[in-house]
Amino acid sequence: MTVGLFLTQALNGLQLGILLFLLAAGLTLVFGIMNFVNLAHGSLYMMGAYFAAAVFNWTGSFLLAGLIGVPATMLLGVVVERVALTRLYQRDHLDQVLATFGLILFFNELVRIIWGPASVYMNTPAALSGTVELFGLRYPSYRFAIIGVGLAVGLGLHLLIHRTRVGMLIRAGATHPEIVAALGVNVRLLNTLVFGLGAALAGLAGLMAGPILSVQPGMGEPILILTLVVIVTGGIGSIRGAFYGALIVGIVDTIGRAFLPALLREFVERSLAQAAGPAIASMLIYVLMAVVLAIRPQGLFPVRHG
Amino acid sequence: MIPVASAPEAAPEAAVSRSVRSARWATPSTLVAVLLLAGLALVPVISWLIGEPYYVTLFTRVVILALAAVGLNLILGYGALVSFGHAMYIGIGAYAVGILSFHGVGSGWVQLGAALAVGSVVAAIIGLICLRTSGMAFIMITLAFAQMFYFLAITLKQYGGDDGLTINARSDFGLFTLANNTVLYYATFAVLVACLIAFRRLVHSRFGMVLRGCRSNERRMAALGFPTLRYQLTAYVISAQVCVVAGIFLANLTKFVAPSYMAWQASGDLIVMIVLGGMGTIVGPVAGAVALLIFEEILAGWTTHWMIVLGPVIVLIVLTAKKGLYGYLVDREARRAEADGAAGP
Repeated sequence: MTVGLFLTQALNGLQLGILLFLLAAGLTLVFGIMNFVNLAHGSLYMMGAYFAAAVFNWTGSFLLAGLIGVPATMLLGVVVERVALTRLYQRDHLDQVLATFGLILFFNELVRIIWGPASVYMNTPAALSGTVELFGLRYPSYRFAIIGVGLAVGLGLHLLIHRTRVGMLIRAGATHPEIVAALGVNVRLLNTLVFGLGAALAGLAGLMAGPILSVQPGMGEPILILTLVVIVTGGIGSIRGAFYGALIVGIVDTIGRAFLPALLREFVERSLAQAAGPAIASMLIYVLMAVVLAIRPQGLFPVRHG
Repeated sequence: MIPVASAPEAAPEAAVSRSVRSARWATPSTLVAVLLLAGLALVPVISWLIGEPYYVTLFTRVVILALAAVGLNLILGYGALVSFGHAMYIGIGAYAVGILSFHGVGSGWVQLGAALAVGSVVAAIIGLICLRTSGMAFIMITLAFAQMFYFLAITLKQYGGDDGLTINARSDFGLFTLANNTVLYYATFAVLVACLIAFRRLVHSRFGMVLRGCRSNERRMAALGFPTLRYQLTAYVISAQVCVVAGIFLANLTKFVAPSYMAWQASGDLIVMIVLGGMGTIVGPVAGAVALLIFEEILAGWTTHWMIVLGPVIVLIVLTAKKGLYGYLVDREARRAEADGAAGP
């Protein structure tokens, strides 16, 4: 186990965490403002990846893939919100979960019909296909780009929410929706705006994930589950919680999978370690979530009211 | 937390006196329930008459999933605890059969005992953690734990991993064996009916009243001095055990067990069955399971892309049919009884 390998895995974990943050931010914003659970958020991510892959394979330009794919996902999100989801804001969580579950089935089958059941491949853009040297370590520059984009989005969201008028309304809408509406703010528009923002972030995550993960039907669900773990661990409704939660989950998951089996081999019999290592590694983040909830049921970084 | 208003009231049984209760047997909802169960009881006979043995297999699956949905409904319908991870317990039951028979243990009693033991330990621990939260977080956490077991099953390479594990022989219960399809069907059906009767008694007992009280207002129940966590946890474990038993039957039916049994879509399907049939009613989940699975079967025969129809249909069900098919009947009778009560002395 060398330092270099550890550093590489730590960077991989950071990169997964950043990807999770892009999804968790949208999901937690929508939940915080509208008290709405959107399980179909993973589907928006999948649609974003498909849109981007389609444009990229057609034009060969990654920039164009982003410029078309992300707004297309945002538009899709807004349409879905307007057609199906606005009716569900006043309903209980069970109805919301169930309706968005139906949407997942629909979107998975839709991409299967349009693009087929096999994976669609998307190459790394030429400009980012090399590696970057960092402390004598070679790391793919595309993965650095993901980290950079994620950090920029995090900073942008922070500024948007804490420094702008819209951000102020979003914060106010999360805690006192009736007062905000009474003051003459179009809450419906605000809701659609937030939902669109969440969808755009999911689309961006899909675009960035396209070249490193396989674009296939159902790709949204595993990452949605991780995202749920992130926002429950970080504290539901909190962007800060989503950011730190995503980094913690990403790094713990990646490092655990990379090193736990080897670490276990030091202590127990080889055959047992071979069998139990991957199993324990795959359970690690859920155990982490359970521990966090046992100590702090509201999550690590809950929303501060007032 | 589910608002009280939207939770379908399972008829104000608590309020009706003994004399009124005896008169309730003639209501449409009872009639529908009896007809539904009688119809299910006759499935092997009918399929033998029309020479379609496939229907026995299909309806064994229906009854198994109905059993699981009835189990989940105990906490979902009567306790407002929306568990999105109950397929995990189906998986535990199925893997108990698969793993034990892989090691040459074919006795159904041993498999049942092992499955229930593992199921209760897992349910007690996970329930205790999940019940620290409520509402949305509860849904997400139960989902996450189910995924944990799903991925755990995938990493079990010695038991087939992602590809699953074929079971050589069905469970042998000494007095009878499940090898015959008709025997398996009637064994499953008998367990379902027993479970329905037991749950009917359970939700009307003091335990069930406390559970329903927690659904309406947990804080008030706690203020009244009830240890609400203990009641909810007990209900959670019972409902998990019913799903474990369903899992045992499912493994026996397919002679195969795979991680996909506890995929989160399976958990979602269970909830759809409950909502479609009518949550918080005893027979509702059975009606929902029958309706959903037959609908799926028809769609699947019509197009391979049947999910593209099923998805929007689920959205429509949620948006329009709030009470569910069977729940609608129960609700109408409850309101009529209320109106009669208001008009009477």
